[in-house]
Amino acid sequence: MVDFPWVDGVGSLTEGVGIVGYVLETCAPYASAVADLFEGYPAEVQATAAWDEVFDASGVPREVYAALYDALQPLSSGDLAARKAALDRAFRDAGITFILFGEERPFPLDLVPRLLSGPEWDTIERGVVQRVRALEAFLADVYGRAEILDDGVVPRRLVMSSSHFHRAAHGIDPPNGVRCHVSGIDLIRDEQGQFRVLEDNVRVPSGVSYVIENRRAMTRVFPELFATHRVRPVADYASHLLHALRAAAPPEVADPTVVVLTPGIFNSAYFEHALLARQMGVELVEGRDLLVRDNRVTMRTTEGDQPVHVIYRRIDDDWLDPLQFRPESVVGTAGLLNAARAGQVTLANGVGNGVADDKLMYTYVPELIRYYLGEEPILPNVDTYRVEDPDQREYVLDHLDELVVKPVDGSGGKGIVIGPQATDEELATLRAQVTADPRGWIAQRLVRLSTSPTLSGERLGPRHIDLRPFAVNDGSRIWVLPGGLTRVALPRGSFVVNSSQGGGSKDTWVLAPELAEGERPGGPRRPAGGELLVAQGPDIGPDTSGEQQQQQQQNQQRMTLRRGGAPRGGPAHERSEAGRAAARSPERPFAEEDTVRRSLGSDGVPAESANGVPAGSANGVPAGSANGVPAGSTKSISEVVISEVVISEVVSEGLEHRARTERTKRC
Amino acid sequence: MLSRIAESLFWIGRYVERAESTSRILDVHVHRVLEDPWLDEASAGRELLAVMGTGPVSGRVDSQVVTELLGYARGDQSSIVGAISAARENARGARVVVSSEVWECLNATWNELEHTEQLARRLGPHVFFHYIRERTAMLAGLVDATLARDDGWRFLALGRSLERVDMTSRLLSSTISDDPHSQSWVSLLRSCGAHEAYLRTYRRAVDASRVAEFMLLDRLFPRSVYWSLALAEQILAELDGGRRGGRTTVHDVARRAVGLARTELEFRGVDELVEDMPELLRALQSTCSEVSAAVTSRYFAREVPHAWATEVPA
Repeated sequence: MVDFPWVDGVGSLTEGVGIVGYVLETCAPYASAVADLFEGYPAEVQATAAWDEVFDASGVPREVYAALYDALQPLSSGDLAARKAALDRAFRDAGITFILFGEERPFPLDLVPRLLSGPEWDTIERGVVQRVRALEAFLADVYGRAEILDDGVVPRRLVMSSSHFHRAAHGIDPPNGVRCHVSGIDLIRDEQGQFRVLEDNVRVPSGVSYVIENRRAMTRVFPELFATHRVRPVADYASHLLHALRAAAPPEVADPTVVVLTPGIFNSAYFEHALLARQMGVELVEGRDLLVRDNRVTMRTTEGDQPVHVIYRRIDDDWLDPLQFRPESVVGTAGLLNAARAGQVTLANGVGNGVADDKLMYTYVPELIRYYLGEEPILPNVDTYRVEDPDQREYVLDHLDELVVKPVDGSGGKGIVIGPQATDEELATLRAQVTADPRGWIAQRLVRLSTSPTLSGERLGPRHIDLRPFAVNDGSRIWVLPGGLTRVALPRGSFVVNSSQGGGSKDTWVLAPELAEGERPGGPRRPAGGELLVAQGPDIGPDTSGEQQQQQQQNQQRMTLRRGGAPRGGPAHERSEAGRAAARSPERPFAEEDTVRRSLGSDGVPAESANGVPAGSANGVPAGSANGVPAGSTKSISEVVISEVVISEVVSEGLEHRARTERTKRC
Repeated sequence: MLSRIAESLFWIGRYVERAESTSRILDVHVHRVLEDPWLDEASAGRELLAVMGTGPVSGRVDSQVVTELLGYARGDQSSIVGAISAARENARGARVVVSSEVWECLNATWNELEHTEQLARRLGPHVFFHYIRERTAMLAGLVDATLARDDGWRFLALGRSLERVDMTSRLLSSTISDDPHSQSWVSLLRSCGAHEAYLRTYRRAVDASRVAEFMLLDRLFPRSVYWSLALAEQILAELDGGRRGGRTTVHDVARRAVGLARTELEFRGVDELVEDMPELLRALQSTCSEVSAAVTSRYFAREVPHAWATEVPA
């Protein structure tokens, strides 16, 4: 699915002019009444008649959420709003934004995380892996010998009529047999708390960058929550992806070059493309950077054309290769598909994958699992009616106002009609559309998606959520990122979580199982009980405290002197006081020279610096001890002794004599 | 390094430097108008616009108009706002190779532009100039601290050096007609942050010929034209693969142009510097354009998109 334009904002954000406006707007009510964040929440949950992630039917927090509830409960909504503002600012500066009405807005992340216990995750993980295996097998079959069609498990006409079935992909044999390098399986939780698959995405699933960025943001905004929870990390996604992509390279290449192919900076998911390329350390290319010649793909670099072996493409099939698909495409590169067929380059994900995540094909996935794997599905589907089937169509048309009707190849929540919330006109239009093109639609029972507390105005309200886990297939193992993207429908009562339709997201925490006693996470580390070697601290510069003391003492003495009898000459300049005082030490002529040089250098206005100092004013200074002369500067002792005469010359004649003094010294 | 990315980096370097220098130049100009009671504001403004290559403007040209045109004009890449926006657009395309910190700094700078501009309209333009200088300095620091010295950095630094040559020469052009002992020469030095360096070097009052000498020829000061040209030359040589050139010449056009300009300065006497300056500055500016074009055609070459025939021609 390519449905992450993130094109809509959070309610109050769409109104404000920016962060400042937002804070003022939302903070105002808090000042008067500081409400309990969860006040009225359980009652609202009862009204939605959905499974709530946090509270059970009796209004008590579930075990997995107990610690989170205890941590959030004492917070005021003002706290949350302030953290939210900080978060938005961070997102905006990092460029984690989406564009709405030509304006960039920070990505809407809700601050209350969604938690999954170890056992819950275990089921999801196994179910997702099973599903991806079945889809891989199906794709390999459909673009190969097509046995499943011969066996009549899936009707042939259904596959052939899919708009994403590409004959051009027939016979492209990926080197390690993988077509779904990355897949995103959308899950929902029904009224009984059962996870069900809502749809599969094996074309260009996006959203993983928000998983990574949400986590990074949450650790900054809510560090204390991470102290009380053991959350499995998601930051290593890119390294798994890179491993899978390298594993998919043509076998004869020893050190394959992987690139990420993006449509360009104006694409709504560009941020994600850039993030993945950056975290994998590979080039982010556009179609115009690539060149196919003799079925070999190269990219234009400052050192000439360099070969490319694996392309993680984030461009839809239709635009990928103007030679095979839409000829007007300028974001793709001509000849990519033939290069892939020749085995010179691997495209990830494979071309033509869309046939497997067609929403009508979705209804057959449980059959696929039984057919290819001989297993029962771990994660059930949502009850779905094939409008294409005449009997089921009749039922659907009779119950349009109770069902959810979706176009089979729609994405981004486009075209979905939720029966109970639709007007009569909408239903009439839908009826006409469905009758005209039965192959193009499916209908599903309306599942009340589970709810999770979401900040809305000054307190938390239940909002419907789903979950998109991401699976990466490297050919030998399917790895599922522990977490995934939890999308949330921000308007109250809404079931549409797509960001283009007003959806936000939540950070998804998969809690690590408790460790057995003595077990250490993450493999071997420093042997326990070993002596800790304390290194020597960093070097410290010369101690100047004695110097300071004496210079201050000097000040005091001068003050006393001045009070006792008027000093000769003009007013003293405070800033060169210390230097001048030291310069007067009669026993140490080299010290004079040195300090004069110092005061000349640091002021740049030597004419004033030594002016009118009473000769006896430095009495009582221990000779030479307080001058703070760096050791190196004494090298000039033997070279030159500057007498009182030279100094007074400088004093009387000013700037022009500086040069002469320099010369004298150098001699 | 992808050609497209290299080009983006080159232009990030140019645009950021342009924003910084323009804010320095404007700051000097606004300051000068305020502190010099005999200055004809309108003609000084016209002169500055001409030097910066902004087309003839009708009507009154006071410092407000100049600030609008060179500071706040949107969509014009020679204004400060335009240059920062263009740099950010380029960085967006090159996010994979600029470090996150560099990107965030540039993006945050861009985000705050409008706010700072509004503030400056109330409190005076210095607020805006100061903001730009501070942010570009931060950016330079981050570039210095977080980018590997690979070709990416080289293209960025090359763009910065070329733009600095161009801008310093424009800065000199804007002051050139002033009285040799005018306060504006001090302002010029201040605007480059060069006043103290100048004083420590010459230890005497500021006058036109020494300022010109310092800003054009000084071997050590990093905003002098000589220094920037020398850096650009070194970078171009590194990009050229460390080739020492043929027996008779250097084949890289850009290297040759920069090298000629640098030697022109390197072996120049200081006596006629002031008289020759107008011509010299013009030559420097055209060298910059020439080098930029040469670098573009050698390293950033791209093909025009293919047009596909949808039918077999008869």
